[in-house]
Amino acid sequence: MNAPLLEIEDLCAEVGGKSIIKDFNLTINEGEVHAIMGPNGAGKSTLSYVLCGKPGYKVTGGSVKFKGKDLLSMSVEERAREGIFLIMQYPVEIPGVPSTTFLKHAVNAIRQHRRQPELDTMEFLKLVREEGRKLGIDNEMLKRAINVGFSGGEKKRMEALEMSILKPDFAILDEADSGLDIDAMKIVAESVNRLRNEQRSMLIITHFQRLLNYVVPDFVHVFADGHIVKSGHKELAQELEQNGYAEYVREK
Amino acid sequence: MTQPEIIDESGDKYKYGFVTDIDADTAPAGLSAEIIKLISRKKEEPEWLLEWRLKAFEFWQTMTEPTWAKLSYDRIDYQSLHYYSAPKQKQAPKSLEEVDKNLIDTYNKLGIPLKEQEALAGVVAVDAVFDSVSVATTYRAKLAEKGIIFCSISEAVKTHPELVKKYLGSVVPYTDNYFACLNSAVFTDGSFVYIPKGVKSPMELSTYFRINAKNTGQFERTLIVAEDDSYVSYLEGCTAPQRDENQLHAAIVEIVVMNNAEVKYSTVQNWYPGDKDGKGGVYNFVTKRAACRGVNSKISWTQVETGSAVTWKYPSCVLQGDNSIGEFYSVAITNNRQQADTGTKMIHIGKNTTSKIISKGISAGFSNQTYRGLVKVTPQADNARNYSQCDSLLIGKTCGSHTVPYVENRNKTAVLEHEATTSKISDEQLFYCQQRGIGEEEAVSLIVNGFCKEVMQHLPMEFAIEAAKLINISLEGSVG
Repeated sequence: MNAPLLEIEDLCAEVGGKSIIKDFNLTINEGEVHAIMGPNGAGKSTLSYVLCGKPGYKVTGGSVKFKGKDLLSMSVEERAREGIFLIMQYPVEIPGVPSTTFLKHAVNAIRQHRRQPELDTMEFLKLVREEGRKLGIDNEMLKRAINVGFSGGEKKRMEALEMSILKPDFAILDEADSGLDIDAMKIVAESVNRLRNEQRSMLIITHFQRLLNYVVPDFVHVFADGHIVKSGHKELAQELEQNGYAEYVREK
Repeated sequence: MTQPEIIDESGDKYKYGFVTDIDADTAPAGLSAEIIKLISRKKEEPEWLLEWRLKAFEFWQTMTEPTWAKLSYDRIDYQSLHYYSAPKQKQAPKSLEEVDKNLIDTYNKLGIPLKEQEALAGVVAVDAVFDSVSVATTYRAKLAEKGIIFCSISEAVKTHPELVKKYLGSVVPYTDNYFACLNSAVFTDGSFVYIPKGVKSPMELSTYFRINAKNTGQFERTLIVAEDDSYVSYLEGCTAPQRDENQLHAAIVEIVVMNNAEVKYSTVQNWYPGDKDGKGGVYNFVTKRAACRGVNSKISWTQVETGSAVTWKYPSCVLQGDNSIGEFYSVAITNNRQQADTGTKMIHIGKNTTSKIISKGISAGFSNQTYRGLVKVTPQADNARNYSQCDSLLIGKTCGSHTVPYVENRNKTAVLEHEATTSKISDEQLFYCQQRGIGEEEAVSLIVNGFCKEVMQHLPMEFAIEAAKLINISLEGSVG
């Protein structure tokens, strides 16, 4: 059995004074892919923001360990540098900052943390173009300001590119397929699958089971009323697709 | 204090706050006809210039300090200031070796060692203005080959009196405004550039200004004349040592652009902005104006302003020649208690004249910033075009940003566009950067540099790098 990468114990968190995450427990071992499914508005995204340390998401109880370290005491960037990456549902636009510039800052910040030498411009461009090609991102798109005027599909492909380059130990996919047509979703799913290996773990947060046809999870959890109400394997996703979440929401 | 020291250790962010211990030849405090005569005598000026100064002084006494700008500062006591201070030197130095070693040390601290500049083999020629008197001029020979004159204005008064007499005050008359009038009466030195007909300057011309001696008002005067079919790019970069008293700076830059000529004027301004509580800092009241006198002439102002406690500055373009073009690209950053009231004036007089204004204001801390701009189209200026874009970025909740665009249009064929935005660095943007491993301060600088990009790309390369660093220094500690 692989070592645990992420250990969440009795986690409670609130947003704007409203309790959203309640006694949440989950352990993800190295190399595992977990999916969290649940009805809209249940607070699935809140979980991903709490794990990333987003301001405004207040932890009121419990603990989270990442690689055995206390995750909750780390700043947002420390968590990222330790290897947590979030594919965001709505990536934000940063006008005037070319995607390459943004990526270079990010990759070198993380390399510095890992005590690796910074990539020079040539090495970096080679890497980013190579990875970009796999995602159908051309040089023209790389020069554009990050996410500015990008279509929904372009934004998600850029997220996938960032992930491919930063090579996180733990990736959270928050509704990574929202706004994607089937072709774009396949491209993103392929990039996720390329990253799957024995050490790297993932947490896929999704409302629909669609993405899970392409990125097949090891475990599926149903999230309702702030915590996991049922766990199973990939078959659970199909069951939910057919029957909906009604039976779990009713528990409230 | 005998040794120059850097104040950085006190936690102050201003890197260039050191004072050079040089035996300065300082006139007594106060302003009078006698002082003006003294300045003129010290500078061995011709009679006509003294008369002009005295006329300006007489006129100045009838004027009142303008109060329309959105600035608040303690009244300036003009009688407590010194109007002349020059580094003492027995003779004008013939080479850098003869220049006071302390001066060279000061430049070294600023990262602009003249020796290195010289070694840069023709990249930039530097006319270094230290306090009031030019102490070193490089690359003169190479420029002289092309017939380009690049020297201090006091030298030009002696060597090219006909040119100075013809153009001095022709763009900014001494009656123009309070601070310009004061400058005309007491200006001590500055640069003079003359580009003859058909000549493109083979290098970028550069001047570094410093304010040094205690309580010395700095009154620079720069005059640039570009004859028909000529081109020059001029760089002005500024830093000043730290002082507790506010230092007054009232400069004038006049530019004359003839037929088919083009002048690019770039500024990076980094004068001491005062400390966190607004104590100290430079008062910067500047009149900058270019006259596009010829057909197809072009002037382009690019400025990055991070310094000064108080800034009052409106680099302007008077588009007299048909088809002439005026451009203004500006980044102004204010932090802590800094105040800036800045913008531009585009005066369309000739036919088919075009102007463009791109202004980016960034306010942080408790600072206050106003964009104030005028676009004026006179009745004869058929087919005038203007595009103005004024964007403001706010960092934090305690700063202020204001936009005051004036438009005066007297011609029906004019097409004038104005766009303005105000935005904040959003928590979402910061979170996005940080989630990718980028630290908060680096994230802010990345976002701010992105915001300024349209302006920064108009700066010459080496200046752009310096300016980007300056932006980062100016915003340190403005978040979190």
